[in-house]
Parts: sequence; C-alpha cells; structure tokens
Amino acid sequence: MEIQAIPPLPQAPAVEPPVLSESPSLLPPVFQNDSSAPKLITQGAEALLYRSTYLLPEIPCALKYRPSKPYRHPILDARLTKHRILSEARVLVKCRKEGVPVPAVYALDEKEGWLMVEWIEGEVVRIKLNEWLRNRKESGIQEGGEEHLKGLMRRIGSAVGRMHGIGIVHGDLTTSNLMLRLNGISIGDEATTDDRILDGEVVLIDFGLASQSTADEDRAVDLYVLERAFGSTHPRAEPLFSEVLDAYGQSFKGANIVLKKLEDVRMRGRKRSMLG
Amino acid sequence: MAEAKVTMNDVNCICYTKGPGMGAPLQSVAIAARMMSLLWKKELVGVNHCVGHIEMGREITGADNPIVLYVSGGNTQVVAYAEQRYRIFGEALDIAVGNCLDRFARTLEISNDPAPGYNIEQLAKKGKVLLDLPYAVKGMDCSFSGILASIDLLAAELKANPEQRDPLTGDVITTADLCFSLQETVYAMLVEITERAMAHVGSNQVLIVGGVGSNLRLQEMMGLMAKDRGGNVFATDERFCIDNGIMIAHAGLLAFETGFRTALNDSTCTQRFRTDEVFVQWRD
Repeated sequence: MEIQAIPPLPQAPAVEPPVLSESPSLLPPVFQNDSSAPKLITQGAEALLYRSTYLLPEIPCALKYRPSKPYRHPILDARLTKHRILSEARVLVKCRKEGVPVPAVYALDEKEGWLMVEWIEGEVVRIKLNEWLRNRKESGIQEGGEEHLKGLMRRIGSAVGRMHGIGIVHGDLTTSNLMLRLNGISIGDEATTDDRILDGEVVLIDFGLASQSTADEDRAVDLYVLERAFGSTHPRAEPLFSEVLDAYGQSFKGANIVLKKLEDVRMRGRKRSMLG
Repeated sequence: MAEAKVTMNDVNCICYTKGPGMGAPLQSVAIAARMMSLLWKKELVGVNHCVGHIEMGREITGADNPIVLYVSGGNTQVVAYAEQRYRIFGEALDIAVGNCLDRFARTLEISNDPAPGYNIEQLAKKGKVLLDLPYAVKGMDCSFSGILASIDLLAAELKANPEQRDPLTGDVITTADLCFSLQETVYAMLVEITERAMAHVGSNQVLIVGGVGSNLRLQEMMGLMAKDRGGNVFATDERFCIDNGIMIAHAGLLAFETGFRTALNDSTCTQRFRTDEVFVQWRD
C-alpha cells in the first residue's frame, strides 16, 4: 500500500457560529432564575459554553451545557449526554488528583446535561502566541530572544506528558484547548513587556473528547494533532515544536516510546487508504 | 444515443471511472473506454467515483458550498471543499455504513429487492423499541463493525427466543425493532460527525450523496440538525443517490473544461483512490 502525502486539513478559521443566541433560556430551569444570567461564550457542535458563578457572585465558573439533540432518539440522547458529562468529569477529577493542571469540577447534572467547572482567568495559548509573534514581527526581531517561546513550548510538552503519564488522552489537543493562567500578574501591566505575554501556568481545557487510555498509539495521535495544529495555526512557531517533544520525552516513563510511535503516525497521517 | 438524438460528433470526451472500486469492473470499463477513445478519436478523462457523487449532488440540488456526507455500501465520509481539494474531515475507520446495513439485511434473510437498505428502512418504520447498541464516534470518525456484531448477536438471541420483551415498556421485541434500533443508532452517529464538521468550518449547508443518502429517516434527522444550526439539507432521491453513469460524465466534463485530459498511457484504474487526491481545478 503506497503512502500518500495528504495535505493537512485547513485549520478552522475563527468563525462565528451560525446561531449564537444571547438568551439563556436554552438552559435548564435551574439557571434561569439567576439575577446575573449566564453569559454565552461560545458554541461548539455538541456543547454551549457559558460564564456563570458558583455559590457566590464573586466566584466565576465555566458552565458547559449539552442540549438535547432533536434528531436523536430520546433514549439514545439521554444515554449519550449522561455518558459524556460523567466521563468528562471523571477525567478532570483524575487529572486534578494526579496534579495535572486542569479546571476543578464544581458541580454537574448528568440528566440535565450540564457540567460546571472552575473559571480559568487567562487566555488560550492560540491568542497569546499570535500576539507574541505579531509583536516580534512589528518590532522587526528576526531571530534570537526565543527563550520565552521555548519555555512555553517546554511547559506545554511537560503538561501533555503529565496527562499522558496518568493514563489520559485528550483527543483534541490544539492551541485553543491550552490556556495560560494569569497568576500574580496584574492585568494592567500584563502586556508591558513582550516576554510576559507567554508567562503563566499551562492549563489543559475541554476534555469533551478525552478518554482513559495508556496506548502509545492514542498518545502519539494526541501529539500529532497538536503538531498539526501548530503547523496550520502558528507556522512561525512550528520550528520550535521540537521543544514540546523534548520536554514531553522527559515527562514520564515510556514517553520516548510514544515519540517513536509519533514517527509512524506522521508517516501514515491520520488517514487510511481507501478501498472502493 | 438514438433516443437522445445525438451523434458521436456531439461527444466531447470519454469519461470513465478510474477508481475507487472493485478491480474487475474498473478494469472492464477502462478497457471499453480506451477502445471507444481510439475508435472515435475522443480524449479520455479519468474520474474519481466519489467526486462524481459530490459534483452530481451539487448540480442536482444547487447546493453551493456544502459539507458533504457521502454514505454508500463502500464509503462513509464527511467531506468539505477547501483550496482545490475535497478534504476528508471524518470517515468510517472500518466497514462502511451501507455495508453494515446490507450485512444485517442478510442476517435477517430479508429481500435484496429493490435494495437491502430499502427493506430495512421499511421494516424500521414499524419498530418502536430502542435497543442498546454501541455508539462508536471518535472525533469526526466513526466505526460500524462493532455495531454490526452486536445487532447480529441480538438477532440470534431473538431467533432463539422470540418471546423477549422490552424491560421498559413490556412490548414484545420484533425484527422491526432491531432494524429501528440499528437505523436510529448509525444515523445519529452520521449526523453527529456531520454537525461537528459544520461547526469546524462554519458552514450550514449539508449535502447527502451515495446510496444510503436516499434513506428518508437519515434525511429527516439531518434536516432537524441543520435547522437547529440555521441551515438546510440538500438530498436527492434514489435516481441520483445510487451509482450512475451521468455523475461520472458530469464530473469528467467539469475537469475536461478546465483542460484536464487522461493520456492513453495513463488511462489506468485503481482500487484505492482517495477523494482528497483529486485536484479540483473547476472550483474557486
């Protein structure tokens, strides 16, 4: 079977979802009598993400709601929603217990289809990285001074490695599902120096496609997806992707076997050859 | 040709299926196409079968830039156009959805006339009880072989003990319920991966092509999903969904008009020919 060079899929542009309803009335009744109504942040294929509060008005939280799908049989719909809410929560709890940086689970209702987790103050890596790359371009820096970017890449690699080390695969690793937590940096002077932009703890988010697995194949596919996401979203940062892999290789026992496997995955791409 | 009142002089080129498909039929067609090409001195255009389905669907329904769900006995793919290629966003990792349905029809020993899938669809209309089957979606990909194994097992149990009842409602389980459960499960998977692709590329049009695309329940479910996203679904009936010659001619003509030719020496066929290998010069 010949190996074909398959061009990478185009990365999703930042598209506005077709229907972004501002009204929180889509949510279950428990969220409708709130004086500060949950604010819709984004809509994916499966879930709606809101910003809300937990217990006290000062404690922000992220509310992920999986509405029921009218096309699915009600029994199947309930079964899938329950399974997905519970498995995402289990994965998050396991990560947290083992010290992998993820949001804390606050509350959930698997029948109603919602999951409430800690609100991570900060920004996704995609935005921060693009900001840093743009600033550099504008100030005409060609090379050198890449230590901060290297540092970020290494932090990403070791966070992913720690997650894999405890038997979790993410299933959708992109720079939009990695966040940089703002700790101790006051928002005002965050952008004063260029290099501060890439500071912060790397936090993994959105475990909607995650599963518990220790298979090297699954881990390698996770890395491959992340590598392609870098290639299509931040081509100028791609040469430093080796830093991610280098830090990953040191992060848990068996990581080097995964890196070997990654070479196979790269060779075949994600796709199989097609028979009639 | 006599019926259409055209002569060989009206023919621009000979389009033939280069692949993918079964070896023997592909080879016979390639030989016939070469012979006609030499006999009538018309140039050859090799066409990808899947691209034929997609272009045919676009032409018939008028869908401009849809997410395409291509579902047949041999293929299950979610396809979107970007930069001169039909890119495969998701696909079945083992057997195709049509193959799963056909093989289950054989398990039940129901008629192949006019099509096994059609007879499953008719039986499913009488089903009410939803039985538990595996649901195998991973990202934008899916898998059907485990579902087939499970439903075959349920069918064998039902044959051994026809008095089984649904624990929830107390209804007697029938083969119609098996067909109903199979359809509800596999079509929910297909709609889900299509929706994920739509969210990914920000499109709200869906086009369903391929033989399974003529299933009205699949069209209905897809319609409900598209409506939720503020979009709509384009589908055709069995005349255009099922493999046909005009789709090869149509896709070949589009390529021909952009100057594409297949030289006699290159007029081979191949069983493996991915949709995303075709350079789509005729679209913006």
